[in-house]
This record gives sequence, structure tokens and C-alpha cells, in this order.
Amino acid sequence: MAATPRSQAVTAAEAVRRSLEGAGRTDWRSVAFQAVLVLLLVLTLGILAWLLAVVFVNGTPVLLERGTEFLTSPLASQPDRAGVGQAIQGSLMLMAFVALLSFPLGIGAAVYLEEYAADTAFTRFVNTVVRNLAGVPSIVYGLLGLAVFVVALGDVVGPGPASGRSLLAGGLTMAILVLPIVIITSGEALRAVPGSIREAAFGVGATRWEVVRSHVLPYAAPGIFTGTILSMARAFGETAPLILVGAVIGGFNVRYDSVLEQLQGRYTALPTTVYDWARKPASFEGNVYAAIVVLIAVLLVVNALAIYLRNRFERRW
Amino acid sequence: MTAIPGPPTRLSVADLRGSAARRRRETAVRLAFMAAASLSIVISLLIILSLVGEAWNFVSSVDLALLVERGWFPRRDLFGIPTIVSGTLLVAGIGMLVATPLGLGAAIYLSEYASPRARRTIKPVLEVLAGIPSVVLGYFALQVISPTVVDPICPGATEQFNMAAAGIGVGILITPLVASVAEDAMYAVPRSLREASYGLGARKRTTSLRVVFPAAISGIVAALILGLSRGIGETMVVSIAAGATGGSLFSVNPCAPGQTMTAAMTALATGSDQVRGASLAFPSLFFVGLLLFAFTLTLNLIADRFVRRFRVRY
Repeated sequence: MAATPRSQAVTAAEAVRRSLEGAGRTDWRSVAFQAVLVLLLVLTLGILAWLLAVVFVNGTPVLLERGTEFLTSPLASQPDRAGVGQAIQGSLMLMAFVALLSFPLGIGAAVYLEEYAADTAFTRFVNTVVRNLAGVPSIVYGLLGLAVFVVALGDVVGPGPASGRSLLAGGLTMAILVLPIVIITSGEALRAVPGSIREAAFGVGATRWEVVRSHVLPYAAPGIFTGTILSMARAFGETAPLILVGAVIGGFNVRYDSVLEQLQGRYTALPTTVYDWARKPASFEGNVYAAIVVLIAVLLVVNALAIYLRNRFERRW
Repeated sequence: MTAIPGPPTRLSVADLRGSAARRRRETAVRLAFMAAASLSIVISLLIILSLVGEAWNFVSSVDLALLVERGWFPRRDLFGIPTIVSGTLLVAGIGMLVATPLGLGAAIYLSEYASPRARRTIKPVLEVLAGIPSVVLGYFALQVISPTVVDPICPGATEQFNMAAAGIGVGILITPLVASVAEDAMYAVPRSLREASYGLGARKRTTSLRVVFPAAISGIVAALILGLSRGIGETMVVSIAAGATGGSLFSVNPCAPGQTMTAAMTALATGSDQVRGASLAFPSLFFVGLLLFAFTLTLNLIADRFVRRFRVRY
């Protein structure tokens, strides 16, 4: 009587198995739910594919037809003569401002907040300020640039014909715009470096700066690098603040004799050129798409570089 | 017998401190970093001062009755704030109607259903979508979304420039943001909660919707608020696709052209070559900017609250 009859045990196991499997029935609501999720994701990715397809289908013929001439020609009022030469040059110079100003200042601020500052009310306040600055709409930074650089400091940053709306004003505005993003991404990279690295360095008598310079920063470098590259990409595509601080829309024809003259002179950028052409008659349509292809090509390369760097150097502690 | 060595030379605090030059360098570096960190406070103050200063000029010199006029025509000194605020809310609302299902759907799928491999491929693609500049989406909204999506839905002949197309464009723009913040929140829900749910015999769908989703709800709400804030501050999509560059009468018809706060600002900056000269147009720019700043700051602070709450929990 000790053992349970074998036939009964089988039915019990069978009963449990069946009830766990839902008695062989498919749960259609689960299937439907998963199908909806996949559909939504496919829709999102589909929109991206659609956008890229429209842009490349309409843009590449113009680019192929006009070749390098489109990439070097200045702004003009006839679509078949207008090119993005000045725009690319202006955008590259704006990038230089971002790299020279935001990177050292942003990384320095992140190092202070993560490595030096104790958890005081001041530190928490600065952290809150940085987070909120990152959420300020970009056009508000344009207003800041307009009030401070173009109007208040206009005679310094852009005397003469530019009347304040100079490359210098645009570059400084852009640098301020990406500063909070650089601080936040660099801070995340610094936080990912484990404390044991710092303690080992302190243990052999390094000062805080020596710890940061020789140990923390090298380990955090890939993360910081990725973040700064992405913030650069953000600045490259940013349009609204440049419109307010007066990147040239329409056209200009000046030869600059010195770097200072160019800094204080008028300029334009790739995204503002896209915006300007987008408002022009339909004959400019091919130009708009071609300029967008150039813009997106640069951004895709930059993004791919950042993602590659992150995957290549990603380290788990 | 060798002598037992005497006590070691006594180390003073001065010995441990290191050389004076080294200490001076430490202080200098520390101060430089601190200055860099304080710069963000300076920038915030500059933003607030420049906005408030000019906005005050505007408020003190404009006839306040003009602010509730049912139309926004700054060059004719008609500053109907309700017109641009309602336009902004309409466009951002349409954007949220698009971004909420797309973003949350992508977030639930990536966090709960996708294999690690699929996650690794899809997330970078979403980042690419997040990196598409808003001018590009604006032109896409105007040239593609307006004729192919909005036109068939809207009754009668629809203008190519309309708020619905701009709203959809804004929605596409904020979808990756909503998806990424919501996905972070759901991914952070501890595994043990999911396993407890499976242990009770729940299905994957039930676990996702009844366990993970509620546990991550504050992060998900934060994602939606941040999306809304981004939608309100979005400029280029609306400037290009919504039309009404010169000004607009009060209108909440999504099938018609309209004006938002941000588009009103770019229109003022590009409409004539000298914004500076025009009477009240220049200060009105800053008044609208201050309003926009207040809107987005409030939303961001609320979102921050929600995010912090879900971080504390686990």
C-alpha cells in the first residue's frame, strides 16, 4: 500500500502539465499583445526607413549630377548655382568652438562634481542646475545668445557689417548649448570607474589630481569620448538657436583676410541652409534633399563612430 | 649582540603633506575645476536675466489688453498669447498621441520581449532616429506626412502647411526619447519581481502589464512628461511644417495652419532682417521665450521628481 498506483500518478502529472500549458489552447490575447508590440516597433523603425529612403532617393540624383561643385559652391538665389560650401565651412567652424570650449569646461565641471566635490548643498544645487539646463529648449539658448552676444557684446564679437551676428556669437551660443550635455555624459563615464582604482592610487600616495589625471580619466576616456562626439553631433544638427543669433539666411559674399575678421564676420551653417531652402519655391526641392543627404551622412558617420567606440572599449567591472 | 634599532624617525604631518609646490598645484587644479562647474550657474543666471529683462520691457510698454487678443500678429502689435499657447499645446498634444503608443510599445518590447541580440541591434537604430536633426523631420513632415497622412484624414481640401503634420513630425521626434527613458525604467525593475509573478503562474503578458509596468510607472510617467516638454520646446518642425509665418488668428483646427510659441520666435527672427529695430517685436520675443522657459522648466522639474522616486525604490 506504500506506493501510489502508477496509473494515478501519471494522470496527476498529466493534469499539472496540461494546466500549465493552458490545456493545449493558444492564449490568443498574449499573441495579439505581442503582435501589437512588434507592430509598433516596426512602425517606428519603418518611419525612420521611410524618411531615409525619401531623402536619399530625392537627394542623391542632385548630388551625383552636380558632384563636388554642390559641396563647394556658395549660397545663391538660383537653385542650380546654390551650394553648401559656405554652410559646411561654417558648421565645421562652429564644431571647432564646441570642441575647444565645451569639452574642456564640460569635462572639468564633471570632474569637479564627481571627483572633488563633497555631497554638499552646493554640489546638489549645481547638479540640479546642470540637469535643468540640459532640458532647456534650444531656442531659449538662442535668446541667451541674442541678448548677451549679439546685443550686449555686439561691438566686441561682431563689429561692422555683421552688427553682432558673427561666427563668434554663434560659436559661443553653440558651446553653451552643449555644455550641460557634455557635463552629464562625462559625469556618467566618471561614475562608472570603480572606487577601488582611486583607492589603489591614493594608497601609494597620489594626490587627488594625480589620481584623476593618471587613473580615473584614462579609464573613463572612452565613455567621455563617446559622449562628447554625440554632443558634437547634436550641435551639428541644431538650427533654432542659430536662426536667432543670426546665421545668414539668403546669401553673402565676403572674402575674409584674417581669422579674426572671419570670427567677427557673417557665417551660415548646414542646418540653417536647409531651413532657408525649405522655405523657398519648389525649384529648390532637389537642393534641400541634397543638403539633407550631406547633413545626415555626416551625422550617421559621427554616430556610427561613437557607437563603435562604445562597443570597442566598453568595460564591465 | 646587535643593538636593537631605535624607534623610527617620527613622521610629522608636514612630511605627509608633500612639497609646497605639489600642494599649490592641487589647489590650482581644484579651483579651475570648481570654476568650470560654477559656470553652469552663471549660464542659468544669464538665461534668466536676459529673458526677464527684455520680457519686463515688453510687459511694461505693451497694452496688456493686447495680450489676450485672438490673434498673433507681432508686426501689427497684436500679441495674442492664447493663440500661440493653444497652438503649442495642440501640436505637442498631437505629438504625444503619436509618441506615447510608439515609444511605450518599443519600450515594453525591448525591455520584456526582445532577445539580448535584438536589443543590441534595435537600440542603436533608435539612437539614430533620435539623432535626426529637427530641420530634416520638419521638411519630411511638410513634404511627405502632410500629403500622404494628413490630407486623406482631414475633410475637404487641406493646406500643405498644417498643425497636424507638424504634430506628427514632433511625435516622431520625441518617440526615441520616450522609448529610451521608459525602457530604462522598466529594465531597472528587479528580476525577482518578474520571477515571483511567473512563480504564481502568470503569463509573460500579465507579468509585463500587471507587474513590470506598474513597478516602473513613475519612470514611465517621467518619460511622457519629458516627451511633452521636448514637444513644447521643439522649434524647427513647427517652423517649417505648420505655416502661418507672418501671424495667425486663434485656431485649434489641426487641419489648418497655426502658430506655436517657438515658431512665432523663429518667424520674428527671420521675418525681417532687423528684429532689433522693430518696435515691440524684439522684446516680445523674450516674453514668449520666458513663457516657454517657464513651461518646460516646470515639466522637467515634475519629471525629475518622478524619476527620483523610482530610483529610490529599488
